[in-house]
Order: sequence, then structure tokens, then C-alpha cells
Amino acid sequence: MQTALRTSLPDTELATRANFAPHARVVREERPVQTSGLPLSIRGLRKSYGDNEVLRGIDLHIPAGQFVAIVGKSGCGKSTLLRLIAGLEKFDAGSISLGDAVKPEDIRVMFQEPRLLPWARVLSNVEVGLGRDRASSDAHSRAEKALTEVGLTDKRDQWPSILSGGQKQRVALARALVSRPRVLAFDEPLGALDALTRISMQRLLERVWRDQGFTAILVTHDVAEAVALADRVLVIEEGRIAHDVVVNTARPRQRGSAELAGLEGSILNHLLSADDRT
Amino acid sequence: MSLIDSVSLPRSLRLPRVDGLVQWIVPLAIIAIWQVASVTGFVPTRVLPAPSDVLLAGWKLLLSGELARNIWVSFWRASIGFLIGGSIGFAFGLANGLSQLSSKLTDTTLQMVRNVPHLALIPLVILWFGIDESAKLFLVALGVFFPIYLNTLHGIRTVDPQLIEMGRIYGMTDGELFRRVIFPGALPSIVVGIRFALGIMWLTLIVAETIAASSGLGYMAMQAREFMLIDVVVLSILIYALLGKLADSASRVLERLTLSWHPAYWKR
Repeated sequence: MQTALRTSLPDTELATRANFAPHARVVREERPVQTSGLPLSIRGLRKSYGDNEVLRGIDLHIPAGQFVAIVGKSGCGKSTLLRLIAGLEKFDAGSISLGDAVKPEDIRVMFQEPRLLPWARVLSNVEVGLGRDRASSDAHSRAEKALTEVGLTDKRDQWPSILSGGQKQRVALARALVSRPRVLAFDEPLGALDALTRISMQRLLERVWRDQGFTAILVTHDVAEAVALADRVLVIEEGRIAHDVVVNTARPRQRGSAELAGLEGSILNHLLSADDRT
Repeated sequence: MSLIDSVSLPRSLRLPRVDGLVQWIVPLAIIAIWQVASVTGFVPTRVLPAPSDVLLAGWKLLLSGELARNIWVSFWRASIGFLIGGSIGFAFGLANGLSQLSSKLTDTTLQMVRNVPHLALIPLVILWFGIDESAKLFLVALGVFFPIYLNTLHGIRTVDPQLIEMGRIYGMTDGELFRRVIFPGALPSIVVGIRFALGIMWLTLIVAETIAASSGLGYMAMQAREFMLIDVVVLSILIYALLGKLADSASRVLERLTLSWHPAYWKR
């Protein structure tokens, strides 16, 4: 099943893309390679709420720095898996290991809602993300740097309520990035945004992931988003990983390309055929 | 075209300076009508003295120093009573909003006490404290306690749980969580409590001073009634109105200072 979905990139397309954006590639290669991501190993993970068994034994290994998307129907347990990985809830059985010497600042979560403090200016909201380093002398400059990364330097002294939905999510992203996390978990962070803002946010997410090299785990109901961003798409059905799909398409990816569309189609088919079976 | 003209005209009139004066048009007009009605004899001065007579009575009392002394005494009682009742109410609101145990211990008792009209305690309070200062302070503090307690409690309980979860994820200690998330989140509700409390503060004080006191505005009004000085009675009532307005303005300034982040308090 996995091999059937595994796709390889046609050589012709690679060549044209290299011609199209040679400079971009050079710039990326010159950056110091940050292997800051953490590997993640999950064994036999189970979680139930009362009688409802949400996760029924998840086994998963994510190499350091991989971008993994988790898709599935609502109620399949994908958000629960993310909350367990982020340490927001306790699991019933199994194990989650993130390597040794993990600090709380190493794992950050971004939610569907921006969850900004309305009574704090944009810059102070970003400083919240520094965790225990909030009081340090370079807190301001680090927060400003994170704001620059999401392109909102000019909004630093604004109240969050005047920002648009997309801008609020970018502030939330800056807050998640400011502590240089090694694992970043996204719980449908773009679910509430309009289509165009979504695409520019997806590009932003991909860029910061490439720049910083954290391990990214994205829960989404949008299969197109999953195949556009991730190295690997996990399909969760009834509390288990039903499919583990590798997306080999080179980056930057061409949105709407036949290749990604084909992959999206086959994943959607799996999700829908599971629907028919039940 | 004419429609656009008629719509845009009122907007251009809305200069900030004019805006501040607009609210005084109605009170001033009422006083003017009142003056005319008194001078023409439409309203007998035995029922309601002319504004000019009230002003004159005020001027005399001001010269004798009686007015300033009485206003000061009342103001002092109101502030001290407010501070005492307000801080206790705030403390209980915090404790019961943050701690389940504290809430279980005291909330039911406080809700029972709340349903006793605090002015009904006046006979008891006079028996306890006489007509001393402490009687008035006790009543004002008791009256102010409940709106501040209830609104602080409500404010803390309704802070967005998603923000609290966010604070915890980002490693805030309990103290930081309170300072950066819970207290600012509860503040709009606390300010509403303060505005309610200011109204109750005046009401309680005036009633208490009218019934049992030897100084203060309420006492001044009661004395004037004894001697049929109806202009002084009306003067006292007008001063209550002004002091009430002053307290309201003070709470608005407080709102603007503490809730500047809230879109509802932005100037349009």
C-alpha cells in the first residue's frame, strides 16, 4: 500500500525547476545547516476518554527535522495524538520519546486560534514565547527577530485586536518560533483563514521550517495542504495509522501540479473508501 | 447629491470640543426652564425655590465654610468606606475565583448575606456603633463589598481557558499566569463592579447620614428640613447629582487607563 502511493519526481520537472530558481537554491545551501530538530519515537500509544478509545496503539518514528502531516476524518484522534506529543494531556499506555535532555521550550504548539493576549502589544505577545527566558536582557531583540521572520516588524506596538486573522496567526507563529523550538506541533493552524491567506501562510510555514530545521508535525483536515507541505503524510483511521505516505516531490513545490494533485486524490480516495466500508 | 449632503453635515459638526459640551445642553436647559417657571410664579417657591435662590443659599453656606466642611466629611466617609469594602470584596473575589476550597467555604455564606438589604441593618448598626463615624463606614463598606466581590469573581471565572492553557504551555508560573493572563482578563468585569459600587457608595452614605449623623451632606439636608430651608434641601440634592457624576467620570478615566487594549473603549 505504501509503495503504491510513493511517488518519484520526473527528471524533466526537476531540471526546469532548477533553471527557474537557481538563486533561491544557492541561498538555501549557503545557510548554516541547523540540525536542531528532535527525533520522535512513539510506541503502542493508547488514549481513551471514558469508554471511547480514541487512540488504539500508535507506533511511529519521525526522524529529526522531518515535516509530517497527519490527516484523517474529524474524531479520528489526530488532534489527540498531537496533544499527547505536545504534552498537553497524559496517555494511558505506551511511550513517547523525544531523545534526551528535552527542555519545555523545545516543544511548541500552534493552535487553530491565535490565542494572543488581547491586553498585550504584539511584541510582548511574542516575548511570552520565550518561556523562562522572558526576563533575560535580550528578550526584546529576540522577539523582534522572530517578528521580522514572519514579516510583521511594523506591527510590534499594535494591539492584537486590530490585526487581521492571518496577521494574528503570524504573531502566534512568531511566538512559537522565538524560543527556537526543536519540535513544532501545528493543530490546524490555518483552518480559520481564507484561501489566499492560507496559501501565503503555508509558504511562510515551509520557509521557517527550512530555515530552522525543527521537526514539524501538522494536523490538518486539508489533504492538499498536507501534500503541499509535508515530507510524509500519515492517514489516521479509527485510532490507528492506516497509511504512511512519503511525498518525495522536491521543494519549492508547485502548487496545483499534477503530481501533488494525484497524490492528494489517492489519499482522499483512501479516506472516502474507509467511509464506504463503515 | 442632497442625500450625501444631509448625511455628511452632522459628521462635520462632531468636533471634539463641541462633543464635550453637548452632554450639558439638557441639564442647562432644564435649569433655565425651572428659573423661568419660578420667576413667573408658575411654580411656587415654597414647593421649589428658583435656581438663583439655591445658588444664593449655596454661596452663603460656602462663605460660612459649612458647605465645604460637610462635603469634605461626606467625601472622606465615602472614600474610606469604599476602600475598606472594596479591598475586602476584591480579596474574596480573587480567593474564590482562584481556589475551589475557598469558594466552597465562603461563597454560600456571602450569597446569603448579599440578599439582606444592607440598609435594613441601620437600626442594628446604630445600636452597635451609635451615630459614630464607624457606623457610616461600616454601612458603606458593606454596600460596596458585594458588587466588587461578585464582579471580580465573575471576571476571574470567565477568563478564556484557551489563554490559560496557552500560558501554561509557555511555562508561566502561577504568579505570572495571574499577572499576565488572569488579572488583565478579569479587569473589564472588575471595572464594571467598581462603577456599580460607586453608585451604591453614595446611596448608602446619604441614607446613613440622613438617619444618623451630626455632620455631612445628608445631615445638612435634614437640618435644613427641620428649619424649612427648602433652598438648602434642593442644594444638597443637586450636590449629590454632581458628586455622582464626578464618581462616574472617575471610573471612566479608570476604564480608559486600564482597558486601552479593549476595542470597546477606543475613541471612534
